[in-house]
Amino acid sequence: MSAPTAKGVLLTPLFKNNPIALQILGICSALAVTSSMSVSLVMSLAVIFVTALSNFFVSLIRHHIPSSIRIIVQMTIIASLVIVVDQILKAYAYEMSKQLSVFVGLIITNCIVMGRAEGFAMTNSPGLSFLDGVGNGIGYGFILMTVGFFRELFGSGSVFGFTVLETVQNGGWYVPNGLMLLPPSAFFIIGLIIWVLRAINPEQVEENEFKMKENTQPKEAV
Amino acid sequence: MEHYLSLFVASVFVENMALAFFLGMCTFLAVSKKVSSAIGLGIAVIAVLVITVPVNNLLLTYLLGEGALTWTGLAGAENIDLSFLGFLSYIGVIAAIVQIMEMFLDKYVPALYNALGVFLPLITVNCAILGATLFMSERNYNFGESVVYGLGAGVGWALAITALAGIREKLKYSDVPGSLQGLGITFITVGLMSLGFMSFSGIQL
Repeated sequence: MSAPTAKGVLLTPLFKNNPIALQILGICSALAVTSSMSVSLVMSLAVIFVTALSNFFVSLIRHHIPSSIRIIVQMTIIASLVIVVDQILKAYAYEMSKQLSVFVGLIITNCIVMGRAEGFAMTNSPGLSFLDGVGNGIGYGFILMTVGFFRELFGSGSVFGFTVLETVQNGGWYVPNGLMLLPPSAFFIIGLIIWVLRAINPEQVEENEFKMKENTQPKEAV
Repeated sequence: MEHYLSLFVASVFVENMALAFFLGMCTFLAVSKKVSSAIGLGIAVIAVLVITVPVNNLLLTYLLGEGALTWTGLAGAENIDLSFLGFLSYIGVIAAIVQIMEMFLDKYVPALYNALGVFLPLITVNCAILGATLFMSERNYNFGESVVYGLGAGVGWALAITALAGIREKLKYSDVPGSLQGLGITFITVGLMSLGFMSFSGIQL
């Protein structure tokens, strides 16, 4: 791997190496908060803030952390930042913090934050680590917003709370798809996003562990 | 007694950690390739949850909650509210307990340690553990309830990951479109499982 550049560090996590779609990181707290776009936006901003700053601080003190206790040091930095986010949300956006409920706290165990601190910030300079955190946060936010967009548009016919498709209940024509508001739809949408991303970048496709034999024809087996 | 039983059933099926709240997804997807390792991780999660949720409950009741320090008898102690320190303390407790469990198993139950060893460090950053604690504090469970809730949440998670591993083992032999292979099809499978578990919702016990 060549030396990371500022632009590369910021942009590759968006599509080429998206933390959710490729590295399977940070799905834990992501899915439950995507039923509307405004909630996903707040969650994305919170994660960008925490990832960027935790990367920055971990990188600042990286030469002073004994490697045997580095996990707990990183954990403490991350947890303190999450407490800051939680307190700010409770003070200025109480309704939002009620909706996000436990998921703000779960940013602590969000594997993206931990993964970037451990994988990037421990070996790179503070400035680059900060950008890496922002990039990964945005990559995460991008998936979150996309899922939120589809779920809100098809589930309640609106985007950011503004009505786009007039629903039948309000005298319009659109029959809302109730499934989109339920948790399982998030899995389907992410599965499909991964499908699209990998169809565009075929090198990301996982190797099939069990190749089918050349001379068997799958259709005949059915 | 009946109350505890319904809490247990609700936390296993209706409010399944993995399939209704998406908690512990990272390990859920990463370690579900083989049934045997899925069972190992599931058991480890149950063990950690049963210990950490009640311990964090005690921490909340006697140290962090509003007026929790009254028992110290200090002047003005009933006005102290340290609950903003919650996240930091919970994660510390979880990390410490996982570490202690690892050392304890290594010393006294080496067979179990060898089976679970690789999974224990993973559990510290498993959102299901912290999630269960946060749900406990949000819903104001008492000590007894938190023991039952910890057990139920763990069993539910273990059940989900074992079932998913079973499906994925069979899925290896099917002809999945190239770019959907691996992660993509797993997501859709989990979505269908989650849809199945939705049928439990609304059950009043």
